[in-house]
Amino acid sequence: MYIIIIGGGKVGYYLTEHLLKAGNEVVVIEKNPKKVQIIINELGGVAIQGDGSDAGPMLEAGMNRADIVVAATGDDEDNLIICQMAKKKFNVKRTIARINNPKNEHIFSVLGIDSTVSYVDALVAQIEREIPAHSLIHLLTLRDVGAAFIEKQVPEDSPVIGIPMNELSIPQQFLIALVIREGQAIIPKGTTKLLGGDEVVAVTTLEQEDLLERLFRGELIRRQ
Amino acid sequence: MKILILGCGRVGIYLAQTLDQAGHQVTVIDRNPDSFAKLGADYGGQMVVGTGIDEDVLKKAGIEKADAFIAVTNGDNTNAMAAQIAQHIFHVPHVVARLYDPVREEIYHLLGLNTVCSTVMGAERIREMVGA
Repeated sequence: MYIIIIGGGKVGYYLTEHLLKAGNEVVVIEKNPKKVQIIINELGGVAIQGDGSDAGPMLEAGMNRADIVVAATGDDEDNLIICQMAKKKFNVKRTIARINNPKNEHIFSVLGIDSTVSYVDALVAQIEREIPAHSLIHLLTLRDVGAAFIEKQVPEDSPVIGIPMNELSIPQQFLIALVIREGQAIIPKGTTKLLGGDEVVAVTTLEQEDLLERLFRGELIRRQ
Repeated sequence: MKILILGCGRVGIYLAQTLDQAGHQVTVIDRNPDSFAKLGADYGGQMVVGTGIDEDVLKKAGIEKADAFIAVTNGDNTNAMAAQIAQHIFHVPHVVARLYDPVREEIYHLLGLNTVCSTVMGAERIREMVGA
């Protein structure tokens, strides 16, 4: 696969190293000549010096034949424009943008950048995982296909406790994928019963994210 | 008209002063509060410190009630992003982005943004003047 990475900072550097090891063809475009030199010295001749949101360096890097473009700079406005240029000018099918300010995820989504990675969001999700809480955690959102992995803890007083899975009416496009109980992963079966304090990981469409909450409120227990 | 101007550089200052003089309700947004000094004592409009690609800063500047949004910072990418936010998220009726790079200008024009490329305009005018 041919992958172009814009931004040769820490994220771009380690991403390049990893993708090269996995056997991909990779080129990095980086503004700062010092960072370009470090990449060339340590990873080989895979870096071009230039403004990665300019058509010149994009063309030089062969963007019109790139399979994936990753905009990994520290500036969200640059990452947005890089993805839009790659798509509109060079017809790149797949673009991925790093988001620095989590507030921008919504903006990127409205402006048609479907695949984004926000480190702050990832860290927040991890912190939420570490701290016992009853809030809904977004483990992974796949906006381009409209699906998400979500996680939520079963409240101690939930009516769903002790009811086997096969007595719940779980709608289409929703799957309870994993139950984490006292540090152990359980892949649920029809006979599995949820207990208070269980962490439940579900795969769902974006429209149905509230289903886990409804499940815990006892709304999805099949009437006998 | 209520007009938001992003970027308090030469063009931003000129626009802010002339639009304010003409009786419009002007707000200038810039990351650097020192840049507002050049607006001069006669300028009667508002000033907001912050980055123009932040929805909260734009709301503080009154974008939800703005009739026009003009992006004239010295960064093409900031202008292109801010103008798209104004157009697609806040639905400001009149949005203009100044871009230096003709290639980017062409793309954003195709994407339905009102763009002004001062590089091409200046160069074309110079060509006209030398008759070449």
